[in-house]
Amino acid sequence: MSEFALTTPLRDEDTEQLRTGDTVTISGTIYTARDAAHKRLCDLLAEGKPLPLDLEGQVIFYAGPAPTKPGQAIGSVGPTTSYRMDPYAPKLIAEAGLKGMIGKGKRDERVKKAIAEHKAVYFAATGGAAALLSKCVKKCDVILYPELGPEAVRRLEVEDLPVIVVNDVRGGDLYQEAVEKYNEEV
Amino acid sequence: MRTIGKEEIVETVAELCISACYDLCGDVSECIRKRREKEKSDVGRDILGQLLTNAEIASKDRVPICQDCGLAVVFAEVGQDLRIEGAFEEAVNEGVRKGYEEGYLRKSTCTPLGRENYGTNTPAILHVRLVGGDRLRLTVAPKGGGSENMSALKMFAPAAGRKGIIDFVVETVRNAGPNPCPPIVVGVGIGGNFEKAPLLAKEALLCSMEEANPDPVFAAMEREIFERVNRLGIGPGGLGGSTTALSVHIKEAPCHIASLPCAVNLNCHAARHKTKVI
Repeated sequence: MSEFALTTPLRDEDTEQLRTGDTVTISGTIYTARDAAHKRLCDLLAEGKPLPLDLEGQVIFYAGPAPTKPGQAIGSVGPTTSYRMDPYAPKLIAEAGLKGMIGKGKRDERVKKAIAEHKAVYFAATGGAAALLSKCVKKCDVILYPELGPEAVRRLEVEDLPVIVVNDVRGGDLYQEAVEKYNEEV
Repeated sequence: MRTIGKEEIVETVAELCISACYDLCGDVSECIRKRREKEKSDVGRDILGQLLTNAEIASKDRVPICQDCGLAVVFAEVGQDLRIEGAFEEAVNEGVRKGYEEGYLRKSTCTPLGRENYGTNTPAILHVRLVGGDRLRLTVAPKGGGSENMSALKMFAPAAGRKGIIDFVVETVRNAGPNPCPPIVVGVGIGGNFEKAPLLAKEALLCSMEEANPDPVFAAMEREIFERVNRLGIGPGGLGGSTTALSVHIKEAPCHIASLPCAVNLNCHAARHKTKVI
């Protein structure tokens, strides 16, 4: 298991070196998006229309933060369960150049295949550690779909956001590997 | 006859929503601390440590433990000798609206198909029971979507028995894997009928971490399920380890001679619930 500090946007050289189980700190610009925003972005791609944000080399954080209190950069923010974005992620990876996803929980085979084919990566952040993770966010702006409330797309400036590599370019899956290691069932 | 005004209910519900989301229950923190000492995985110990630090920050900074501040599930036990001024359900919903707004809690309630967010986190999921006395006992238990989505109900034939139920609970936890933010609390409802079993499972999540079912038969099942799910290897964050569940709680009820319903309600480590009697 290695440790990396990466700055967005990510390039092939960044993702190719990452292996399942590596710990990574991410700095730079990332975007939040959940189910509703993914649907809208994929509908635009399906209609052949341009996306309202350039996702080339970018990282999406599957998250809908709590409202920002006065004096905070952002409210509590942590990963939501990623499988709900599985129907949309391969399209964003293949057609919009999305390079990284941060969430929690298992991905389906189509997502893992898209990650391997397009040299992308899926990271897990600690679910339920939202007060702690919010400290890594220095700036937050709603840039798309404000009417979606917590599901609006936000641009975050993050410093050393701690994540762990779950699915890498080789098709590795940390959830499978780590669970097998500690499974004690007869 | 004792009387409670609407305002008192509004204020109490609002206060409970906020404290449930900011202050992780002390028994949960203690349980995480103890399990951390026994956890076999380095990554697992690290994640449990993050959860403890997170709870400290949330409580100190007065911010939510988790960005998912849940649907507001409210249990109310209303004393039958108590008179409530104004509409009770409206008062509860107003309290939820106020608590989620003033506490900067995330509002997650939306229309089921249009997915339009109401922006108020109402209506609350309200369960009311009429009891003896002249008091009102209010429990607010905000419930996150990630772990709720991994929950399950099965209408067994009675022949499935003890083993069928235990296997079903363990399989539900296994299938959930990393999705419900382990370490989890497992609430199990056994018996009742199609709507009663899930409610029992939800009520089981209100138990304190150390609480065991008073019936030794069910207490033994709790221990067996606890040991089996913690051998699955899922671990904290689902990243491998020996702490998949913090505790398992069973609530049971009589059922039909033809049925053996079983519901499994999973909760993430943020097992949030606060109670006040007024």
